[in-house]
Amino acid sequence: MFEYLYLVPILPLAGFLINGLLLGRLPRPVVSFVACTTVGLSFIVSLLLFFELKELPVEARVIEQVLFPWISAGSLHANIGFLLDPLSAVMILVVTGVGFLIHIYSIGYMHHDPCFGRYFTYMNLFMFSMLVLVLADNYLFMFVGWEGVGLCSYLLIGFWYEKQSASDAGKKAFIVNRIGDFGFLIGMFIIFWQVGSLDFRTVMQTAPEVFVAGGALITAACLLMFVGAIGKSAQIPLFVWLPDAMEGPTPVSALIHAATMVTAGVYMIARSNVLYLMAPDALMVVAIIGGATALFAATIGLAQNDIKRVLAYSTVSQLGYMFLACGVASFTAGIFHLMTHAFFKALLFLAAGSVIHAMSNEQDMRKMGGLKKYVPITYATMLIATLTISGIPGFSGFFSKDEILWKAFSSPYGHPILWVIGFVTAGLTAFYMFRLIYLTFHGRERMDDHTRKHLHESPKSMTVPLMALAALSVVGGFVGMPHLFGVTNYFEHWLEPVMAGASQDAASHALAAGGGDTGLELGLMFASVLLVLVAIFMARKFYHQKPELATQMCERLSGVHRILLNKYYVDEIYGAVVVRPLVNGSKFLWRIVDVLFIDGFLNGLATVYSDISQLLRTGQTGRVRTYATVFVTGVAVILALMLFG
Amino acid sequence: MEFQLPEYNLRMMLPEIFLFLWALVVFLFDLLSKRRSESAVGYLTLLGLLICGGLLATTGYGRGFGNMFFSEPMALFFKIIFLGSAFMAVGSSFGIIKQKIVNHRGEYFGLILLSTVGMMFLASSQELLSLWIGLELTTIPLFILAAFFKDDKLSVEAGIKYFVFGAFSSALLLYGFSFLYGMSGTTEIVAMKMNLAALFIANGSLGVVPLVAMVMIIAGLGFKLSLPPFHQWAPDVYEGSPTPIAAFLSVGSKAAGLVAFAKIFVNGLWAFWGAEMAPNDWGYLTGILACAAMIYGNVVAIRQTNIKRMLAYSSIAQAGYIMIGMVAVNEWGLEAVAFYVFAYLFANMGAFAIVAIVEDKTGSCQIGTYRGLSQSSPGLAACMAVFLLSLAGIPPLAGFLAKYKVFAAAISLAGQSQDYTWLYWLAGVGLLTTVFALYYYVNIIKQMYFSAEESPYRIKPNAPAVAVVAIGLIGVVLFGIYAEPILQFVKDIPAAAGVIPR
Repeated sequence: MFEYLYLVPILPLAGFLINGLLLGRLPRPVVSFVACTTVGLSFIVSLLLFFELKELPVEARVIEQVLFPWISAGSLHANIGFLLDPLSAVMILVVTGVGFLIHIYSIGYMHHDPCFGRYFTYMNLFMFSMLVLVLADNYLFMFVGWEGVGLCSYLLIGFWYEKQSASDAGKKAFIVNRIGDFGFLIGMFIIFWQVGSLDFRTVMQTAPEVFVAGGALITAACLLMFVGAIGKSAQIPLFVWLPDAMEGPTPVSALIHAATMVTAGVYMIARSNVLYLMAPDALMVVAIIGGATALFAATIGLAQNDIKRVLAYSTVSQLGYMFLACGVASFTAGIFHLMTHAFFKALLFLAAGSVIHAMSNEQDMRKMGGLKKYVPITYATMLIATLTISGIPGFSGFFSKDEILWKAFSSPYGHPILWVIGFVTAGLTAFYMFRLIYLTFHGRERMDDHTRKHLHESPKSMTVPLMALAALSVVGGFVGMPHLFGVTNYFEHWLEPVMAGASQDAASHALAAGGGDTGLELGLMFASVLLVLVAIFMARKFYHQKPELATQMCERLSGVHRILLNKYYVDEIYGAVVVRPLVNGSKFLWRIVDVLFIDGFLNGLATVYSDISQLLRTGQTGRVRTYATVFVTGVAVILALMLFG
Repeated sequence: MEFQLPEYNLRMMLPEIFLFLWALVVFLFDLLSKRRSESAVGYLTLLGLLICGGLLATTGYGRGFGNMFFSEPMALFFKIIFLGSAFMAVGSSFGIIKQKIVNHRGEYFGLILLSTVGMMFLASSQELLSLWIGLELTTIPLFILAAFFKDDKLSVEAGIKYFVFGAFSSALLLYGFSFLYGMSGTTEIVAMKMNLAALFIANGSLGVVPLVAMVMIIAGLGFKLSLPPFHQWAPDVYEGSPTPIAAFLSVGSKAAGLVAFAKIFVNGLWAFWGAEMAPNDWGYLTGILACAAMIYGNVVAIRQTNIKRMLAYSSIAQAGYIMIGMVAVNEWGLEAVAFYVFAYLFANMGAFAIVAIVEDKTGSCQIGTYRGLSQSSPGLAACMAVFLLSLAGIPPLAGFLAKYKVFAAAISLAGQSQDYTWLYWLAGVGLLTTVFALYYYVNIIKQMYFSAEESPYRIKPNAPAVAVVAIGLIGVVLFGIYAEPILQFVKDIPAAAGVIPR
């Protein structure tokens, strides 16, 4: 079975090629059939691979499939090769599984769009790039996938490119990501420079011998790679592109900007865990940025009125959690949350898409309300997702979030302040999510009559994926229940071979701390659950029972509210501090340096070049005797040149 | 001395013999069908080329006909290129046999096959006379093919011009050979190499006779390779002859010239390379011609309004790049040449195939015809863009890897000795002119993609032409990313061609 590993990325590529090459010639059912089947088959292959990998003894669970050597220049060797180990197995399952459901959902959601074929072509290309990213066996090939998903993200954000805001958002995402990629590239160069290889296994094996633990080089490499992760995974200060990315179709937001692509940074850090463990300073930066982003984005989420933007900030915030987990060296918890988040956040987005679909493309929650009875399935599934993200015990989000909070507190790299940040964020999350539920589905119906008349539950192709994701959101957490409950944490065991360094660290720490933590862990867990319940209660009070309270509150705290509503003016600050000086500077460069000097020079060069060309052409008379003369003279001149020159 | 019958070992020659007989079959088929063979004769030709390729693959290495016919890696690799270019030229001819050549289809295809047979013999010879005959066998059918549109003034003119200069350069080549024979007393290339060395050691110097021989031979082969100042026929002939023939001239015939050059200079005159042999230094001489070709071809190409003329100048420039690899006669040089020709085969034949497709539909080869093509025929425009970008040497296409290997060969040799530093200049000129070349290649892409109005032509190419474009596209893209098997193959070429590492 393992020899078919290459099928996982190749199948969506085949779908991309079929739909892309025959763009506009295939009927819609064929387009969607090709796109969904290829991703579905890819999921089945991933599933079979997973079960086969599970059968192997723990230490043999690394399968490398080198298709062929790709670049071989000097000392740089990079393969087109895939690496299947417990970590990438989890990733391909999440990517293909959630991706498949979203593809199915898209059939219904994009039904009316004239560019149906182009949409699925891009989606399949995205699946291919994402699978390359998580399956690559070296940094360089991973970077191909990394750039590929960036390209697809750009194409899909700007999918409705006739809309100015959509194409602007696409550009913004691309440019911001390039800043991050630059860091990632330099980090990669440092690794190559020191290790002499970019192959994951070689790097992880030799890094401890080559780098001085805690030294400047490894710290720099880790921080630079983290810059790449900041860009891709929308962390402070490069998170600004993600909320704007909501201009794309909603299934795109679910797939790319919630479940898969934006988590690439987390995956990359988990993949490089050996390097990060050697650079505690870099880990600290990761934890601080992650925690700060989690809190910061959650506060912005409190005041947004666009249903998709709330979810976008929520995504930024949840990604912050994942980085917080990685930053306290609990990479397993980070990946665990990545998985559960993929389920419930994809569900939230798809449900929001269903709401928008029902509301005739209205996204403002102030114009919704009371939708519960019109879209019952959407309501039920979205409520489940909200309970999950809020961390209600029993739902998957509870387990993954609780593990992160506990690790932030107890890990040798952790700190109580980090726990406090995570704790507060958990409360805020529950509040803004229930605010969304109450504003959208409960209370007075605030839409106009025209919209109300068209309210309808979405078709089966959309609701079935919702239900499937809802089921996953509920049960997905049971694979990673805390030791506290006296059960095995299957997820941690599964990832242990990849995260060997980290688990040893944690184990030794647990020994040193003794068993006395159980009570503390239970206490902290209760505290966070209590906080969540209070937050939900408050949201109910403000947005359901006494909506006027919320208005009063906003007026009393008008200053704070305005700041939150305007997202701390980050876009404006960037505009004033970075973009405008840059634009002005480039205007100067353009008008003076470019137009006057460079263009002048180049145009001059082109003119001269063209003139010389014209001059030389005159020799081409078309007459045989001219040609013969040139021929003979040529022989004579060459002889003379060689003899006397 | 007792006369001994040579060992014929005709099995070695099976592909050539087969292709020759197949050409006769093609002639006869058209005749017997009373000139109504339509495209069947074209498919028959393609089939013959495919079978010949199969025979080539099963023949293996060895020698036959005494020591006149060699089958070794370089011969095999270039034979694949000849067959490939013939295949692609035939495949893109289906449009013109429907519209223009209605009476002599069998002759048209049969002559292409005969010319290919000549090239294959040339690639297998290790002896000056049989090499010269191979070259003639290659060229003579091409004279006729260039003038195949009998009623078209330009085509007839092209045929005449090609013939006059072909005859002229052939005479010079033979004259050069006679000098070599006079000095070494043999026409066998390896024996010649040794005799010349012995003569050099005995006399201490050979005067300027080798130089005269070298200049004559370079003039003769420079005609085939269209190196300035022996290039002037090329644009006129490309413009006038049927487009697939122009394509065949630019790839197949050029590759034949390269094989001959490699055999005579890189192997036979191996010793006459380097400043210490001055003025008998063919390396320096070829370097100058390569520079001239790169500069001249790339500069004049920009003012062309006819795409076939533009591609003619582009092929002059490409020959210059290939010659860089020839000049750098260490292990890497010839390897780079072989890979370059391989990459060039796909890109150039593909580009010409599209020119032929557009010409079949519009009757025009003006660059203006391509305006707005991306909107009316997006697939065709995209393929054309890929071919042009590969010719320009943009990664990750095969053309980039080819240029990289050629430059790397020159630079690595330049670093070996103080005397070789001029090779840095050669590579430098190559790099610089690559930038200039982008100008006219991208100009076509600009016409196709950035034009406000949509092209009025909706082009539906015929199946064989689509296949040719697809082969070109696959070759250019695939061997840009995954060149490993080809690179493995070309590694054997320098040793097989008698290159002694410097």
